[in-house]
Amino acid sequence: MRDPITMDTVRKIARLSHLYEGDGSAPGHGRLDDLASELNSIMGWIEQLNEVDVESVAPMTSTVDMDAPLRRDDITDGGRRDVVLANAPKAEGGFYVVPRSVK
Amino acid sequence: MFTAERVADAKDLIRSDTGDWEVVIGMEVHAQVVSQSKLFSGAATGFGAEPNSQVSLIDAGMPGMLPVVNEVCVEQAVRTGLGLNARINPVSRFDRKHYFYVDLPQGYQISQYEHPIVGEGEISIEPEGGQVIVVGIERLHLEQDAGKSIHDLSPDETYVDLNRSGVALMEIVSKPDLRSPGEASAYMEKLRAILRALGTCDGDMEKGNLRADVNVSVRRPGGELGTRCEIKNVNSMRFIRQAVNHEARRQISIIEAGGIVGQETRLFDANRGETRSMRSKEEAHDYRYFPDPDLLPLKLEQSFVDKIRAGLPELPDARKARFIRDYGIRAYDADVLTVDRGVGDYFEVLAKGRDAKIAANWMIGDLFGALNRAGLDFSDSPVSAGALGALLDRIADNTISGKIAKTVFDKMFRSGGTADEIIGREGLKQVTDTAAIEKLVDDAIAAHPQQAQNVKNNPKILGFFVGQVMKASQGKANPQAVNRVLRDRLEL
Amino acid sequence: MTDLTQLTLEAALEGMAAGDFTSGEITEAHIRACERGRDLNAFITATFEQALEQAKASDARRASVKESGGEAGKLEGAPLGVKDLFCTEGIKTTAASRILGNFTPPYESTVTANMKAEGMIMLGKLNMDEFAMGSSSETSAYGSVVNPWKKHNRLVPGGSSGGSAAAVAADMCLGATATDTGGSIRQPAGFTGTVGIKPTYGRCSRWGIIAFASSLDQAGAIAKTVKDSAILLDSMAGYDPKDSTSLNVDNGNWVDACETSVKGLRIGIPKEYTVDAMPTEIQSLWDQGIEWMKDAGVGIVPVSLPHTKYALPAYYIIAPAEASSNLARYDGMRYGARVEGENLIDTYERTRAYGFGAEVQRRIMIGTYVLSAGYYDAYYLHAQKVRTRISEDFRNAWEVCDALLTPTCPGAPFEIGRQLNDPVTMYLNDIFTVTASLAGLPGISVPAGLDQDGLPLGLQIIGRALDEDTVFACAGALEQAADFTAKPEKWWL
Ligand SMILES: [Mg+2]
Ligand SMILES: [Zn+2]
Repeated sequence: MRDPITMDTVRKIARLSHLYEGDGSAPGHGRLDDLASELNSIMGWIEQLNEVDVESVAPMTSTVDMDAPLRRDDITDGGRRDVVLANAPKAEGGFYVVPRSVK
Repeated sequence: MFTAERVADAKDLIRSDTGDWEVVIGMEVHAQVVSQSKLFSGAATGFGAEPNSQVSLIDAGMPGMLPVVNEVCVEQAVRTGLGLNARINPVSRFDRKHYFYVDLPQGYQISQYEHPIVGEGEISIEPEGGQVIVVGIERLHLEQDAGKSIHDLSPDETYVDLNRSGVALMEIVSKPDLRSPGEASAYMEKLRAILRALGTCDGDMEKGNLRADVNVSVRRPGGELGTRCEIKNVNSMRFIRQAVNHEARRQISIIEAGGIVGQETRLFDANRGETRSMRSKEEAHDYRYFPDPDLLPLKLEQSFVDKIRAGLPELPDARKARFIRDYGIRAYDADVLTVDRGVGDYFEVLAKGRDAKIAANWMIGDLFGALNRAGLDFSDSPVSAGALGALLDRIADNTISGKIAKTVFDKMFRSGGTADEIIGREGLKQVTDTAAIEKLVDDAIAAHPQQAQNVKNNPKILGFFVGQVMKASQGKANPQAVNRVLRDRLEL
Repeated sequence: MTDLTQLTLEAALEGMAAGDFTSGEITEAHIRACERGRDLNAFITATFEQALEQAKASDARRASVKESGGEAGKLEGAPLGVKDLFCTEGIKTTAASRILGNFTPPYESTVTANMKAEGMIMLGKLNMDEFAMGSSSETSAYGSVVNPWKKHNRLVPGGSSGGSAAAVAADMCLGATATDTGGSIRQPAGFTGTVGIKPTYGRCSRWGIIAFASSLDQAGAIAKTVKDSAILLDSMAGYDPKDSTSLNVDNGNWVDACETSVKGLRIGIPKEYTVDAMPTEIQSLWDQGIEWMKDAGVGIVPVSLPHTKYALPAYYIIAPAEASSNLARYDGMRYGARVEGENLIDTYERTRAYGFGAEVQRRIMIGTYVLSAGYYDAYYLHAQKVRTRISEDFRNAWEVCDALLTPTCPGAPFEIGRQLNDPVTMYLNDIFTVTASLAGLPGISVPAGLDQDGLPLGLQIIGRALDEDTVFACAGALEQAADFTAKPEKWWL
């Protein structure tokens, strides 16, 4: 029914999800082309959803029939930098230290 | 959707060898919401704290952490919507907007995409020397701010501070209704004045609490819309004008050289006064918006909205009209006195029971001038409205002259103290005692017999005598009294 | 002294209350069972030393409460296991993924905090499918969990809460926490001869539980008996203002409900749950279940849930979509593993490619795809509309019945490795459980019989939203009628 997922699409999706390395491989997880055929078989199975008539049906985003609860504007958190940084791969001077994000 | 058909004022068209061009501008303004805590967490929002000291585990994107909406942020968005004469949507929703960045801990920003809290509205602006222009508001939505990346602490690493992560922002999107750099900055000025009057954003552009993304395209006057470029994070009125100017000319020169303007995101380089490319549409993100399953629809009761509406302060437009009507001051002065709630409040205290025009002149001329020279914000003025009022009262009751008052004001501004203290301490009280003035006048006439003789033929000489007497009194003589006695003695 | 690990949670709590044995004693007995059951690979992190300390403190607490005439906690002194999806303060929490590295939460999930407040002794963190994505507990970065029930070869315990199910079935703990997104409590319970309860969505706070698919994730319990599962759920559930989707309602009288008569109730039998290639043994067990319920005084009503077959494909759009978003935070910047690359993007990609296993990557890819520009309406939005249809099916059913009786799984536990490379076949394991997940309804799996190979099979009760009372009552009746007493042979000892 729908066009099969091309390698280009798989590459685009992999890039958006920051999953695979530049050469298209993910160590220990096979190559992108294997994934493409897997995704196609899964999406092919999912195609059967098109049989369902959803004309004028509202999408269901939650099973909870409630409005968003609101909280009071009180300061109840923060002030524990050590805890926030405790699991950081690298931290210094109270900052998270990460690879340079600009050239 | 482009709806506004308005063509730019003739003076705002950009002339070129190939004919006139018109610039079309829409603005996306991010305004930091005034609240104690963040949009979805209980961490504080204050400016200037130690890095990562105002961060909750939610703001740091820790596993299993969940957002809960701050009611004051919702109120502030509704209040702002009402101030923009906009439709308040009874049901809105939070969506996730996905992209990877080191200062975006969750890997997505919680924003409102399909169903914003505030819909269409409008505000009117009055660009310098122009007519009133109504600018359409497309929408206002609530979203989280990101953290801050610092690149200058290490040559090959980035340092991340998440204090700002999760702070509530209102993104206010205008329609493409602006037609010149001046209109763009006038829009921003007006928006800031409204936000400040409402108390929903402090409008501090230097701290980044109010920042503009400016969408610019060019076209032949009234013609087909061109491709737009978005200039990100422009953070002063002057930069807005410069950025629009530069970007319009850049696009025109591309088209005139036979090229095509590509849709892209650009940065404004304040040092060079120009815009440069950030990323093109081809590499643009695919944000994959979808409703945040951690948050339920935001429903507003009519009574909630009504209560906020009932508590709305007077907005700049209404206040300006009232100042003109009730105080009889000039439109220009009223405009200046209503950009900021604090300025307007000051004026109203000052003008109460006094000559409003004189009050306005003193504020705009003397007070603003002194603040400007001292590099102070209005809110930091060392002279309160009460203190300035007391000074104006001494002019009105002839204790001092207007001229001496300037000296007194200067001293009040620089070293504090009340007008009366300074007048008393420095002996600046005006001389109204007729005998003393008569003596000064007689002395002056005696010293200049020739001029006294000629005064009948040349009335200007009267001014000379007034000057002599005032000088002899060290400025303290009451000018009206001096005039009266002189005329009497010189038989004018 | 009797083997304390053979007790139910209920009996253990009674025994401690009567002073027959201490928490220290029963905790030690379970620690020994855990140590001897290492082969089952049910635990990722054992916390035996802390457990012994907690047990000591619990015994002291029980004594002082007794003195003051007060009441002991609902779980006072009971050694239990916690699925490694629940963040536990100061104890490494992995979600069975490499990407979390040595992440040690500085916070405690609301559910486990509630249980600790009721006196839980935590033996350790239980193995599972990575990020709860799987139906066999084979996708764990810490190796497959082994089902205590065995044929010739080793079998999967189901998933994703396979460690919880295996540990309870092997008498390594008196009960365990679990989570269910598409069947991850009920299916492993069915595969291991244990009871698995997933309450109504919103009953248990999701705060501090590592998210898989937020609109579906719900905590629950795996236990030896229906009543034990009710005791556990009662200690876990409750309103939490930190979770915007938490329901502000009181717990029912679930423990008592397990013994309430079901006479006069109407039980629906959905015709669409008879699927192709379902073993006849499962059909006959189901028929047997219908007879048991009739004998208990229940009226049997045929019902139709016409969109049942679309539940699983809809789930495989919705759950991966939410997962692709929820897992975006694992980027190696603030916690967890980081694999340094040549630049930032390279670091992101290396970290995530190293950190996530094949099934998690597959689902992130599907989720990203169905949310991406041009596909959102055709896939994600469409699936959400199908979800509405599925929910309507149930609403229609509740017009004529009070609960549903179905098989838990379409087959018996299978061999480790057999379905791992066949995603769609693996996904079909959840065909009977996923509907209740999509609709947010409570469901319970009760062990009801053995297949010809002597492997356990379960039956499922699905109830109305917030009607756990009826679910427990039906499950209690089913349990009594089935009188399932089989235990796996302890081949690992
Ligand atoms: Mg924007
Ligand atoms: Zn924005």
